[in-house]
Amino acid sequence: MPTVLPPLQEQDAEDMIAPGVEDVVRESTSHHHPRGSDPISDQTMVLNMGPQHPSTHGVLRLVLEIDGETIISLAPDIGYLHTGIEKTCEAKFYAQVTPMTDRIDYLCPMTNNTAYALAVEKLLQLEVPERAQWLRVLFNELTRIQSHLVWLGSHAMDIGALTVFLYCFREREDLMRIFESVSGQRMMTSYVRIGGVALEPPLDLFDKIRAFLKSFPSKIAEYEGLLNNNPIWMERLKGVGYLSPENAIALGVTGPSLRGSGVDFDVRRDMPYSGYEKFEFKVPTLTSGDVWARYLVRMDEMRESVKICLQALDGMPEGRIVADAPKIILPDREQMKTQMESLIHHFKIVTEGFQVPAGEVTSSVEAPHGMMNYYVVSDGTAKPYRVHMRNPDFATLQSLETMCKGQLIADVVAVIGSIDIVLGAIDR
Amino acid sequence: MPEPTEPITDTVATPEACFGKDAVTAALADHAAVQGLASFITDAKWDRGELTLTLAPESIVEAMKAAQAAGYNFFEDVTAVDWYPAAPRFQLSYSLLSHRLKQRIRVVARLDEGQTIASITSVWPAANFYEREVFDLFGVPFAGHPGLTRIMMPTDWKGHPLRKDYPVEGYR
Repeated sequence: MPTVLPPLQEQDAEDMIAPGVEDVVRESTSHHHPRGSDPISDQTMVLNMGPQHPSTHGVLRLVLEIDGETIISLAPDIGYLHTGIEKTCEAKFYAQVTPMTDRIDYLCPMTNNTAYALAVEKLLQLEVPERAQWLRVLFNELTRIQSHLVWLGSHAMDIGALTVFLYCFREREDLMRIFESVSGQRMMTSYVRIGGVALEPPLDLFDKIRAFLKSFPSKIAEYEGLLNNNPIWMERLKGVGYLSPENAIALGVTGPSLRGSGVDFDVRRDMPYSGYEKFEFKVPTLTSGDVWARYLVRMDEMRESVKICLQALDGMPEGRIVADAPKIILPDREQMKTQMESLIHHFKIVTEGFQVPAGEVTSSVEAPHGMMNYYVVSDGTAKPYRVHMRNPDFATLQSLETMCKGQLIADVVAVIGSIDIVLGAIDR
Repeated sequence: MPEPTEPITDTVATPEACFGKDAVTAALADHAAVQGLASFITDAKWDRGELTLTLAPESIVEAMKAAQAAGYNFFEDVTAVDWYPAAPRFQLSYSLLSHRLKQRIRVVARLDEGQTIASITSVWPAANFYEREVFDLFGVPFAGHPGLTRIMMPTDWKGHPLRKDYPVEGYR
């Protein structure tokens, strides 16, 4: 909604032809010097970007105050996707919450499942068998690759490189098939459950994953071949959306965006969960803090994820995939049909849930977008008293204004792409 | 600004769980947060490997500055728990992280309905959206917040959905 200008008066019209001394002074002392554009007036304009804008990756509305093409201030307006998931969780049994966590950050359902499962397992003091932990690591990393592929495709498309999108989604499709064959669902997997994982993977699945991992590094090289030396891509990314490490920490930025600003912190390495301490991988960190750095960090992260997946496949332990806790975990289907005790457990778990000792815990995982925490409070009943998700996207969005101030409108699109946000996770 | 990484200094004699200010300060005397926030703690809890420090709501800004000085450089989030009908009703849980110590602590302040707490956006600007969220969904006011408006719900919404006396299905 542009600011309404006062009607043009005769005197003003004269001024426009022959500017007076005041105008010259005002122009020279103006606080805003738009890059390469003439300051036509000292009035700024308010522009609404979104909520239905293709480059806002969902329904994000940005209220931009602009002077010509230059951003003076920027305010995100969110909540269009608010579905009250945290409130709904309080009315469900602990196990019923798992499918809802998929729908928060729909690009990394397995990571959400893992974070929630870790929190409840901590409340229950439940030991998860090693095979389940390794399966979690494997699918968390595949999810990271999948999420980064969606990011790269849409980010490149925003900048104008349409081809990359098609290639990224070609590889993503392979991953979707892998997720489908392990969980029955392409996106909303609910594969990681409290106490372990849902199902034993099909026999040929590991071979399929191996085949994907074998070819995938060459695909990353293919994307980089399309982008890295592309002059338009470089011009649009380099030096744009700078975020200093101090600002990144002060604004709560996590994940690849934090590491692109030179802060070397990764939950997987520094506060390991689900057996990540047994894996060897590098944490890519760059110091330039711009959109280009965040792009390179994510590309390197995909390569590291491939390494972790291969280690997980090579060292995959044998054994159970769920913890030995018959009063918490649904029994095997065959046992339920043949053994009285299993039938009783099954009936009790499904109808009454299971009681969780009172307490409060925080679990933390490194999601593709950054640090994801689940804060679960139990009052000793079968339903969680409070579930709160700290999604990386919500905090990262706060840094958008810092990154965009003084830049052009077109750069906002590049910066939104580079922080990789999902509005479902922000609004919950 | 990559901070030097130090090996994780895990106190070997850490007990399984201990409750109460005296028990926790005795058991975790070496803990950076217990030392740094010693003058603010009113209650403490060490449970399931997590440290929870309770303090008076009036001292929150000073306590956050002290926590920052003690090495907890990263603000993760703040959220509330509604213990209705118990009093004090709201429990604000601040989650802080130290990149250097690789530790997380939870700082808790308890508030009654209508009671105001100071905003900590002056210490961590990251708290901005989180405090707006708590204000929107719980109705806890933060004094000194730069723009305390609803963030999730429409601006003309009545009530605060995450309160326990607000029905899950909403009012229809």
